[in-house]
Amino acid sequence: MVHKLAGALALGAALMLSTSAMAQDKRVVKYNADYDPIPLAGMEALIADFEAANPDIDIQLNNFDHEGYKTAIRNFLTTDPPDLANWYAGNRMAPFVSAGLFMDVSDVWADNGLDEALSSAAASMTQDGKKWGVPYTYYQWGIYYNRDAYKAAGVELPGEAGVTWDQFVANCEKFKAAGIDCITTGSKALWPVAGIFDYLSLRTNGYEWHMDLTAGKVAWTDDKTKAVFAEFAKIQPYVTANHAAIDWQDAAALLVQGKAAHYVMGNFAVGNFKEGGMTDENLGFMIFPEITPGLPRAEEAPTDTIHVTAGAKNPDDAKKFLAFVASADAQTKYNAAVNQLPTNKNSTVGEDPFLKAGFASLSNAYALAQFFDRDAPAEMAKAGMEGFQQFLVQPDQLDAILERLDQVRGQVYK
Amino acid sequence: MFPRPIQHRSQTAQWVYAIALPLALILWLFPLLGVAITSVRPASDLAAGNYFGIPSYLAWENYGDVFRNTPMLQYIKNSFIVTIPTVIGSVALSLMTGFALAVYKFRANLLIFFMFVAGNFVPFQILMVPVRDMTLSLGMYNTYWGLALFHIAFQTGFCTLFMRNFIKALPFELIEAARVEGVAEWRIFWFIVLPLMRPAIAALSVLIFTFIWNDFFWATVLTTSPEAQPITAGLSSLNGQWVAAWHLVSAGSILAALPPVAMFFLMQKHFIAGLTLGAVK
Amino acid sequence: MSTYWKANQRRLAPWLFLAPGLLMFAIYVIIPIFQSMWISFYDWDGLGEKVWIGTANYAEMTSDPNMVTSFKNNIIWLVLYLLAVPAGLFIAIFLNQTVSGIRIYKSLFFFPFVISQVVVGLIFSWFYAPNFGLLYLVIEKLTGTGIAVLADPDLATYGIIAAGLWPQIAYVMILYLTGLNNVAPDQVEAARLDGAKGWRMLWYVILPQLRPATFIAVVVTVIGALRSFDLVSIMTEGGPFGSSNVLSYYMYEKALSEYGYRMGYGAAIAVVLFGIMMIFISGFIWKMWRDETER
Repeated sequence: MVHKLAGALALGAALMLSTSAMAQDKRVVKYNADYDPIPLAGMEALIADFEAANPDIDIQLNNFDHEGYKTAIRNFLTTDPPDLANWYAGNRMAPFVSAGLFMDVSDVWADNGLDEALSSAAASMTQDGKKWGVPYTYYQWGIYYNRDAYKAAGVELPGEAGVTWDQFVANCEKFKAAGIDCITTGSKALWPVAGIFDYLSLRTNGYEWHMDLTAGKVAWTDDKTKAVFAEFAKIQPYVTANHAAIDWQDAAALLVQGKAAHYVMGNFAVGNFKEGGMTDENLGFMIFPEITPGLPRAEEAPTDTIHVTAGAKNPDDAKKFLAFVASADAQTKYNAAVNQLPTNKNSTVGEDPFLKAGFASLSNAYALAQFFDRDAPAEMAKAGMEGFQQFLVQPDQLDAILERLDQVRGQVYK
Repeated sequence: MFPRPIQHRSQTAQWVYAIALPLALILWLFPLLGVAITSVRPASDLAAGNYFGIPSYLAWENYGDVFRNTPMLQYIKNSFIVTIPTVIGSVALSLMTGFALAVYKFRANLLIFFMFVAGNFVPFQILMVPVRDMTLSLGMYNTYWGLALFHIAFQTGFCTLFMRNFIKALPFELIEAARVEGVAEWRIFWFIVLPLMRPAIAALSVLIFTFIWNDFFWATVLTTSPEAQPITAGLSSLNGQWVAAWHLVSAGSILAALPPVAMFFLMQKHFIAGLTLGAVK
Repeated sequence: MSTYWKANQRRLAPWLFLAPGLLMFAIYVIIPIFQSMWISFYDWDGLGEKVWIGTANYAEMTSDPNMVTSFKNNIIWLVLYLLAVPAGLFIAIFLNQTVSGIRIYKSLFFFPFVISQVVVGLIFSWFYAPNFGLLYLVIEKLTGTGIAVLADPDLATYGIIAAGLWPQIAYVMILYLTGLNNVAPDQVEAARLDGAKGWRMLWYVILPQLRPATFIAVVVTVIGALRSFDLVSIMTEGGPFGSSNVLSYYMYEKALSEYGYRMGYGAAIAVVLFGIMMIFISGFIWKMWRDETER
C-alpha cells in the first residue's frame, strides 16, 4: 500500500511538471481575464500582434467566466498571482491597491506619455498619487430599443432628442397593452438592475447627490432617495416579469425577438443584439430621458482596466504589454473589434453608429459615473442591488428595503 | 417477501405492473433524458424554438465544440488527478485506523472512533476559512495536492467508520490464533486481515471515487483556474460563459456525469454494498 | 527487535496504526473547527490584519434579515427533505419484485444519486427556465401563464429542494431495497397467516425490521439537507434578493464571494450552522454509542 502511494505521488508530481514545462524557452507573461466571447476575440488579436512584435514573449491568457472572475481575483491575487489581471477603475480598485496587491505602474505612464494620452481616465486610475494600472476601454450606458417593437405596438418612434420621461412612461402603457415588455432586464447576477437605478438617481437628484449616496453620506431613508424610488415605481410594472431568473444575455434575446421594447444597458450588449439578428435599421439608442428639469446630464461610463500584480513573476514584460495596450493603435484596433470607446485620446473611434452616439453622449456629459457596484463599496453594492431587485418584485416592500439598506450603510461606512 | 410477489397476484395486476414500471422510470428520469437529448440538439433548433421536439439531426458537434473551445479535457484530467490519489490515500489510512479501532481494546478506542464519525458529519463551512488559509500558506492553493490532501483527510472519517465495522465483523478467532502463534501485529494486519478486506476496499474505492468526483464545494474553495479546477467547478464556470447555450451546457453536464456513472455500472455490486453498509443488521 | 517492543507490542501497535490517519484528520478537520470558532470573534477581510471584536459578529447576526431568511430556509429544507424517506420507501416497495429486467430498473432508478449535484442543479435550472423550460411551458399550457420558479422569492427555495429530493430519494430507495431484501421471510409469512396485509403489514411487521435502514436514511437526509450548498450555488446563488439562501451558502457568500470577504462574520455563521448540526450529530453518536456498548 505504501509503495503504491509513493508511486502515485511520483506520478502526480510528474504530471504537474509536464503541465508547467510546456512553455519552452519564451518568457511567459500570465494574464488572467474575464472576457465574454466577443472581447475575448478582440484581446486575442491584440495579443497576437504583441507576440508578433515581441517573439520572445509568450502572453498566456487565462480566461474566466465574467461573474466567477470577481470572486476568483481575490484568491489568485493573494495566492498565485498571474503577471497581469483585468479589473475596474475607481473605488472597485481601492481594496486591492490598499492591500498592496497591485503594482505601481506610474513609470509606464511616464515613459509612454500616458498622462497626456489617457488624461480623461487618469483620475480614476490614481490612488495615493500613483497609477495602478491602465484603462483600455470604456463604454456608454443608455437605453437600447427595438424599432420593430415600436411598430408592433403602434407607438411613435423617438426622435433625435429621444423622448421625455412622461412620454416614456406613457409609452410603456401602450407597450403593455400590446403584450410587449416596455423595459427588459436580467437580474440573476444583480448588476443589470443597478444600471436602471443609477440613471434614475442621476436624473432625479443629480451627479453629486448620487456620488454622496454611493459614498454613504446620504441616508437611504432620505426623502430624496424616496423620490428616486417614486420614479422607479412608475416603470416597475413594465419590467420583464421573470427578470430575477434570467441573465442579461437572456434579456438581450427578448429585445432582439421584439418581446421587449427597451433595455437599459451598456454598449457591450450591441454585439449580442446584432449577433441575434438586429441591424442598425431596427436597433435604436437613446440617452436616458431627463427627469428633474435643468439638472446637468451625467452618464454611466464604466472603465475596464488591466493591472500588473504585486506578485508578478515577470513584471518587465508585463509592463511592456501594458504600454502596448495603452497605445493609440492598439486601443483603436481593440475597441473597433468590440465596439467600445478607446480611452487613449489619440485613438480613432469606430464607425459604428452606436459608438458614435455614445461618444457624442459622453463627450458633452457633465460628469461620468463608473457604475453602482464600482462606486459603492462591495457590501453596500450587494445589499443595494438586492434591494433594487426586490423592489422590482415586491414594490410594496419599499420601506422595509430602504430601512435595511440604511442599516447596511451604518455597518459598511465606518 | 414484502410486498407480495406480483406473480401471486391477478393477471390484471401483473399487466398494470408491467406497464407502470417503464412509465415510472421514464417519468423519473425525464429531466435527465431531456438534457441528454438537448446535448445532441443543434443550436439552430434552440434558436428556432424547437426545445422539446425531435432534433432536426443529431448534433454530435456539440461535444466537439465543448472539447475544442473550452478546457473540458483539462478539467476531466484534473478531476482524475485529484480523485485517484484521494481514493488510494483515504483507503490506505482508514485500513490502518479501522484495524486499530476494531482489533485493539484500549481506553480511548470508542472516543477516537466517534471522533472520526462525528468529524465526518460536520458542515464543510466550519472548516472552510482555516483550511483555505492553511492550503494558501502551504503554497498548495490551486494545486491538485491542496485539494487531494484535504479530501484524503476528510474522507478518512467516513472510511474509518466503514473499515472498522467491516473488520469487526471478521472472525476474531483468526487474529487470536495468530497471536498464540506469536505472529507480529503488523504481520497480522498485512497477511491475515488485509487479504480479507478486498470487498471492503473495492466498495469504498468506488464510493469515494464518486464522492470526490462530484465534490463542488472544496473545488470552489481551493482551486481557481482551469489548471487545477476539477470538472464540477469547471462546469459551473462554463455555465457562466454559456448563457442561453443549453446545448453546450447539456453536453458538458453529460460529460461530467459519465465517469461516476460508468463507475457505478461497472462496480454496481460494490457500490451498493458500500452505500448500504449498516442498513441491515 | 527489542524486548521492550516485544513486551509492549499490543499496547503500542494501535497507536502506530492510528497515527497517520489521526494526524491528518486532526490537522484538516478537528483543529480547523476550533480555529473557525476563534476567527468568528475577529473582523478580518482575508487580506489585512485581524481585529478582535468580541461577540460583535454574533450580535450583528441577530439583526441581519438575510440570516433570518437563511435560517428559516434551512428549516424548510430539513422538513421537506425528510419526505425523501417515505418517498424512497415507496419506490423501494414498488421495485421490490422479481420480474425480468428488474435489476436494470433498480439501477436506473438509482441513477440520479450518482450524478454530481452541479449537474442536477443545471438539469433543474433548465427544467425551470422561464419562457422555454419544460415546467414553465407545461404550466403555461395548463393555466395560461407560466411560472418562473427560480424568479419567484416565494417559490425558489421549494424549486431547489425539489431538485435536491431527486437524488436523495434515490439514495433512500437503495437503502430500503437492501433492507427489504433482508426482511425475515418467515415472519412475513407468519403475519400473512394471521391475516395481516397492506398498511398493517407494513407498519407492524416490515417497518420494525427496516429500522436500521430508516435510521441511516434519516441520518443521511438530515445531513444532506443542512449541507445543501451545491444546488443553491448553481441554481440561484441565494437569490432572488437572498430569498433562497441557506446558512451553508450564506456563509460562503459572506466569506468568499464577490461582495463578501468578511471572514469573521462568515466563520460566525459557520459556528451557528455547526451548532445546529451538532444537535443531530450528538443524537446519532448517542444512539451508536448505545448500540456499541450493548453489543
